[in-house]
Amino acid sequence: MRVVIENISKTFEDGTGEHIEALRDINLSNEENEFLVVVGPSGCGKSTLLNIVAGLLPATSGKVVFEGIPDESRPHTAVVFQEFALFPWRTVERNVVYGPEERGLPRKDRQKIVRYYIDLVGLTGFEKKYPHQLSGGMKQRVSIARALANDPWLLLMDEPFSALDAQTRTIMQGELSQIYEKTQKSVLYITHNIQEAVFLGDRVAVLSRRPGRVERIIPIDLPRPRQEHIMLEPRFLSYVDQIWQHIRGQAMEALTEEKP
Amino acid sequence: MSRDRQPLAETVVQDKTVFMIRREHRLISLIFILGLFGVWELIARLGLVSPLFLPAPSAILVTGYKMVLSGEIFHHIGASLWRIFWGFSCAVIIGTFVGILLGFFSVAESIGNPIIASTYPIPKIAILPLLILWLGIGEYSKITVIGLGVFFPMVINVYTGVRNADPVLIKAAISLGSNPQRIIRKVILPSALPMIFAGLKLGIGIALLLVVAAEMIAADAGIGFLILTSADLMQTTKLMFGISILSMLGLIFSWLIDRLEKLCIPWKK
Ligand SMILES: Nc1ncnc2c1ncn2[C@@H]1O[C@H](COP(=O)(O)OP(=O)(O)O)[C@@H](O)[C@H]1O
Ligand SMILES: [Mg+2]
Repeated sequence: MRVVIENISKTFEDGTGEHIEALRDINLSNEENEFLVVVGPSGCGKSTLLNIVAGLLPATSGKVVFEGIPDESRPHTAVVFQEFALFPWRTVERNVVYGPEERGLPRKDRQKIVRYYIDLVGLTGFEKKYPHQLSGGMKQRVSIARALANDPWLLLMDEPFSALDAQTRTIMQGELSQIYEKTQKSVLYITHNIQEAVFLGDRVAVLSRRPGRVERIIPIDLPRPRQEHIMLEPRFLSYVDQIWQHIRGQAMEALTEEKP
Repeated sequence: MSRDRQPLAETVVQDKTVFMIRREHRLISLIFILGLFGVWELIARLGLVSPLFLPAPSAILVTGYKMVLSGEIFHHIGASLWRIFWGFSCAVIIGTFVGILLGFFSVAESIGNPIIASTYPIPKIAILPLLILWLGIGEYSKITVIGLGVFFPMVINVYTGVRNADPVLIKAAISLGSNPQRIIRKVILPSALPMIFAGLKLGIGIALLLVVAAEMIAADAGIGFLILTSADLMQTTKLMFGISILSMLGLIFSWLIDRLEKLCIPWKK
């Protein structure tokens, strides 16, 4: 299974009739079992791109193609949102079971799936809690379990850890890396955090500021499994520096530019 | 650091927010209410005011006790409750349905919103004569006027609740494979539940108001009828007992709705 993003452009028209070009001619591919990270300054159209791939937003031009999907029994994508987007009226396990429920799986299978993914993200014992009873890190674990429980071909993640504090974030990055190594899902991961991009990614696509274009694609040749201490190694740091050099100028421009 | 020093003047930091602390003063509430009734009783007993205008609380209680024994009061309560029940429940069901329709479908919204905006400000009791003309003087006109009164806060609250459903939750549901019907049932409706309950609370107050008004205009039973006829016959104790029944009904209704809300919205903090 391979996902090809072909010549995607997106121009928004806001209420006043003004046009905002968010994405320009994006070409990317997500290879089988690949962890692809898209990194770019905020406002460059990352979320827009992810929503287009998820089918939650129409592109102005271009297309997204899923190659080599034998049948339609599994959903193409599932999304982990920055805001967690958990259903507050559902307990942890009822959130996780949502996708399998909508796909009409038999009760027995659903229970098995829910138990497996709740265990995978380390939420055993919290099945009956409501989201408002959980910390941010726990909530995002539920959201990850919920997305995985739907067994999508491609897992989409939109800055999933940026609402978390720095320590929790580091821990969650490590856990996600493990989950990826275990499940071997294809992942499209959006972030503005360069360390995170290098730590998680097999490849990192750097987007320019608005209108977002693919500036460069950098393969990250670091061994897996990756653990947190890899962030201290010179090879890691040189990747970070390389990407920072690309983004720095853009970020500086964005900082000094007047708000439209 | 053992140098000799002059003793320094000390100023201990004080909590400056003391006056903002709020407590529950149960005892004060109780004493004040009992005192109020006591003064009232005293005024009546001393004959400072004619019992025709202000009967003693004890006299009201005695009258109430008699009406309970004879079953007269239940006859009136029953009649009012019956009207409230039908008017309220029909309006809640229809109002919720219409509210979801308006909130979810833009065509329905463009048709419905102007109609609602222009009819909402009409005091519903003003329509009662028209309803009596159309539906007769019997139960239907009263139930309908109550229904109309409850319908509007329901529609408006449900509509607002639906419109304010978190778009990211709807996106999440779509990405997990929900179709529009299921999104309404599994995302929109639970999102709107707190607003639905706000509508119920507003609605039940309006229902109580309208049932009394309608019964004062045309009825042969009901709390409103009881109050009006008691006044005509100068039976002030009966009148006042009727009013206390209304107060109790109001309290019971809001208590019931609160309980139901806790049951239906267990995720609310
Ligand atoms: N619905 C919309 N209408 C108009 N403009 C939008 C809309 N959504 C996003 N934009 C604009 O598109 C640009 C990219 O947004 P987004 O994809 O959210 O950026 P990022 O996720 O990289 O921070 C921003 O300038 C934003 O203001
Ligand atoms: Mg974003």
